[in-house]
Amino acid sequence: MKLNLALAQIATKLGDVEANLAKHLDYIGQAKAQNADLLVFPELSLTGYVLQDLVASVAHHPTEDDRIFKHLFKASRDLDLVVGFVDEDTRHRFYIASAYLSGGKLIHVHHKVYLPTYGLFDEGRFFAWGDEVRAFDTRFGRMGMLICEDFWHASPPYLLWLDGADIMLFSSASPGRGLNDTEKLESARWVERVNKAYASMFTSFVAHSNRVGYEDGLHFWGGATVFDPNGKELAHGPYNEEALAFAELDLNQLRRTRSRLPLLRDERTSLVQNELNRILSRG
Amino acid sequence: MVEINLSINTDLARNILTGFIRSEIMRIGMSRAVIGLSGGIDSALSCALAVEALGAENVLAVRMPYKASSQDSLDHAQLLIDQLGVPSKTIEITDMVEPLFELDPEISKLRKGNIMARERMIVIYDQSEVFKGLVVGTSNKTEILLGYSTLFGDSANAINPIGDLYKTQVRQLSRAMNIPAPIVDKPPSADLWEDQTDEKELGFTYEDVDKLLYLLIDERYSPQELIEAGFDEKFVEAVTTRIRRNQFKRMLPPIAKLSNRTVGYDFLYLRDWGT
Repeated sequence: MKLNLALAQIATKLGDVEANLAKHLDYIGQAKAQNADLLVFPELSLTGYVLQDLVASVAHHPTEDDRIFKHLFKASRDLDLVVGFVDEDTRHRFYIASAYLSGGKLIHVHHKVYLPTYGLFDEGRFFAWGDEVRAFDTRFGRMGMLICEDFWHASPPYLLWLDGADIMLFSSASPGRGLNDTEKLESARWVERVNKAYASMFTSFVAHSNRVGYEDGLHFWGGATVFDPNGKELAHGPYNEEALAFAELDLNQLRRTRSRLPLLRDERTSLVQNELNRILSRG
Repeated sequence: MVEINLSINTDLARNILTGFIRSEIMRIGMSRAVIGLSGGIDSALSCALAVEALGAENVLAVRMPYKASSQDSLDHAQLLIDQLGVPSKTIEITDMVEPLFELDPEISKLRKGNIMARERMIVIYDQSEVFKGLVVGTSNKTEILLGYSTLFGDSANAINPIGDLYKTQVRQLSRAMNIPAPIVDKPPSADLWEDQTDEKELGFTYEDVDKLLYLLIDERYSPQELIEAGFDEKFVEAVTTRIRRNQFKRMLPPIAKLSNRTVGYDFLYLRDWGT
């Protein structure tokens, strides 16, 4: 089975959801014209990243009658979509969220579980913490979604792996930092290294969609990637410019790789559980 | 000694910084920039980046000499204007600042220097309106950290593309962008009085202080660790004191909080809000 995956590395307008929706629909049209089955947008693709006091005014809930989401639900009849947005729950907590839409329906929502609040980041000040990491079934198999800092920690991808995800969809709004005399920014090198490592260690597909553009002095570097279960790079979008990156995922590669390298089969989950119980109960 | 490598990938820096200038000017519906050219390396680099971002015809270079400014400053600025092919203006500030100097026969050269820097700010912001261009800043990371600038003078600008580059990195990027050698190689000077040079006034070289700043700021070494690693104690102390004492130059003035929502504390929006 093949999956034509597209990653939209777009620039967004800060706080202008209507303008960002229009760009989504444009990219959806382009991806559809190139026979994409699934199109993944970056973190907070409908809103922009450094929202601060804009959070409440850009929040939407992914329902068919929402004035923004109704267009995306409709578009998802043609191809599956992952979009980034601010989710507001019924008790008015705001989350950094990704929604997976398919066939005009909502399949899954992930709320970011790690909100970086250090250095240049201040997410914990403005957002509520998600408290679930769950894989979900799609027409292409079982997948999982994580948002930026979620995959800077090893446990969320590990949990998705154990929960059955064979395709991990990561999205980011990663500010470029760490310029030195090497080819890439340190932030880009770090993210690519761990994406490749997760694909290799979990013998799974790992796709990363990162935005581009600027917000004040911050610059987002793009460079979307897809790695296969052997850790081989299948696609690499350009740095620092808007683009659609495409990769054809041969899902049978999961079987071939795992026949050779049965890391999933041999994973000692009970051992992990026992040791975690011991570590967490200590003191 | 700790390993220090301040060199940067200049292609990548150039790409990010020209993109920054383009984005931050275009997103508010403008397309032009105005830059005060001193004849020094910082304003030359900012100007070259702006030209690469916006096109030469969209960048106005303004020379603002005082009667005692060195001829070299004017000539070097002209060299860059000719090389980049940008429109330019020369507006002498002597007649604007002299009446103020004459009010006080005791006026110090520091006060005169500050007045000149602020007069140039007035002129460049006026030209910003005439040319319909944003004022592009020319302060580098070294002088921002050391507070080596005149508040509301040379530090005033709309956007600053080079403020995260140390002086030695400004030199590296300037060479990569073919800034004329006389500009890159001459001793840096604010040219506010005769024979002034930055390094004489600061009491250390940019090469030395950049290494120290890089380790203190970027690599988060403590002053004590750096003294133990061989940096001169007095030098480390002088620099850390300068950084702390000049914090006020790096921020907007604090507003006294009274209400539930106060600009600067809990009214938080980026400047790029809505764009």
